[in-house]
Amino acid sequence: MTAPLLTTRGVCKRLGGLLVSDDISIDIKAGELRAIIGPNGAGKSTLLNQIGGQLTPNAGTITFDGTDITSLPVQDRARLGIGRTFQVPKIFPSFAAVDNPAIGVLGRRHHTFGMWTHVRKLGDLGAQANAALAAVGITDKRYAHTELLSHGDRRLVEIATALAGKPRLLLLDEPMAGLGRDESLRMSALLKTLKGGAAIVMVEHDMDAVFSLADTVTVLAHGKVIASGQPEAIRNDPQVRLSYLGADDDA
Amino acid sequence: MTKLPLPIRVGIICIAAAAIAALAAFGDQTSLRFASRIAIMGLAAVAVDVVLGYAGLVSLGHAAFFGVGAYVTGALALIGHTEGLIVWPVAVGAATLAALVIGALALRTTGVYFIMITLAFAQMFYYGANAMPGLGGADGFRLPFRSTIGGMPLDDPRIFFLLCAFLLIAVLLLARRASFAAFGYTLRAARDDAIRSAASGIENYWLRLAAFTISGAIAGFAGVLSANLTLYIAPSSVLSWHLSAELLVMVILGMAGTLYGAVVGAAIFLTLVEIISHYTDFWAMYVGIAVIARVLLIRDGLLVALRRLVTT
Repeated sequence: MTAPLLTTRGVCKRLGGLLVSDDISIDIKAGELRAIIGPNGAGKSTLLNQIGGQLTPNAGTITFDGTDITSLPVQDRARLGIGRTFQVPKIFPSFAAVDNPAIGVLGRRHHTFGMWTHVRKLGDLGAQANAALAAVGITDKRYAHTELLSHGDRRLVEIATALAGKPRLLLLDEPMAGLGRDESLRMSALLKTLKGGAAIVMVEHDMDAVFSLADTVTVLAHGKVIASGQPEAIRNDPQVRLSYLGADDDA
Repeated sequence: MTKLPLPIRVGIICIAAAAIAALAAFGDQTSLRFASRIAIMGLAAVAVDVVLGYAGLVSLGHAAFFGVGAYVTGALALIGHTEGLIVWPVAVGAATLAALVIGALALRTTGVYFIMITLAFAQMFYYGANAMPGLGGADGFRLPFRSTIGGMPLDDPRIFFLLCAFLLIAVLLLARRASFAAFGYTLRAARDDAIRSAASGIENYWLRLAAFTISGAIAGFAGVLSANLTLYIAPSSVLSWHLSAELLVMVILGMAGTLYGAVVGAAIFLTLVEIISHYTDFWAMYVGIAVIARVLLIRDGLLVALRRLVTT
């Protein structure tokens, strides 16, 4: 059996007086799509932020591809191959859409101090940025002002930016949040195409998406992992149904 | 990035070239001095715009770098060193070092804390200069000589003006080049959303520190030229926080994030002050009204308003 791509061991995070991550140990295999579900305040985003580096755990270790990254700064993790998106899409509003993934490419190459060559003349930078936009299917909005894009398109631009970093692990914080019905279906289809490439850890409330996409589902409640397993097993786990999926039978 | 259509850019370049040529040909001493001052303050405003417009940081401390450039030039002149090819790099180097150290500390913070820390450091330089009797303390001192360049004197106001104009244009072109290169790109990305840029592997801190240091070097260079123009240096003229604030006003008047907007802003600001102060001592009030009018009436800046006039 191959070693997992990402492991967390005994990760604890206190915010204020609250234990938001309580002894979390999970393994993410290369190429797997892991969904993390749980009620509001369960600590899902907090866990994602600790993997991405936006937060540092108070205790425990996080290992990525054999490297201890527990206290590594965000940008170093990004260059190791951990890309992410945020719950409210973070984009570069003053840029054209295609310049967002271009920043992802520059960041990955650690090419930020070049002061002479125009970015448009930086070899295949433009081609790679365009390829990232094509991967999320918004090539037609390439030159649109990012600030003026719809919420759904901003989210796609952000995913393209993350993809441009060629991540081996992609963290998605509620990719479906705020999307209309059609946009959600489109996002589901997109995530399906991304599946099998980079490993994906996805926090999500949309249960249709979770159970149709995920290889493994991890359930958090009050900062603890209360269950982890195949979607089918999770769906029928009595404890999960009690604490999260609700009493109604068709959840 | 605010991009202006070609006709406006060509127009601005033509007007600037014509103004420089006319001044060089027909300018008297007074107008040449005034034009040199616009070029020098324009240079300092460009320095502020690198930090304000591209890195998105409000610095109230740029007087420190301007002042260090001026003071080092003056102090070296006092002990008889006037060769610009040696003195100027030393003075600019000192300003660069000051910017590196202050930036390294101030950039640990953002927003209003950044403003306060840059202001606090600049005030340390201000009071430090006040407490140096060897350099005239609060009264300042006169420079015995102007710098020379390779032995060539700069006492002719025409030559001095052309040098200032040349240096301003050179810095503008280099800074513009960098703004379209990976450096300017990633710097603006970090300004737009620092969390996003870090998550894409961008080193926000080092990027901003590089920009701040380069900006300090440019401001220091403006200080060097200023000392040579006025031949008089005092804490209240080159190190006071009013100078930092005026530079911000110039950048905002023109348009932050365009570089040459800073030069346009400096020209407008200094011309306004020059004209209004003929009629009243309360010139600052009228300049203030002009700034408020500019911000309220033409929100995007003079150059963008001009673009709208041309394109519609």
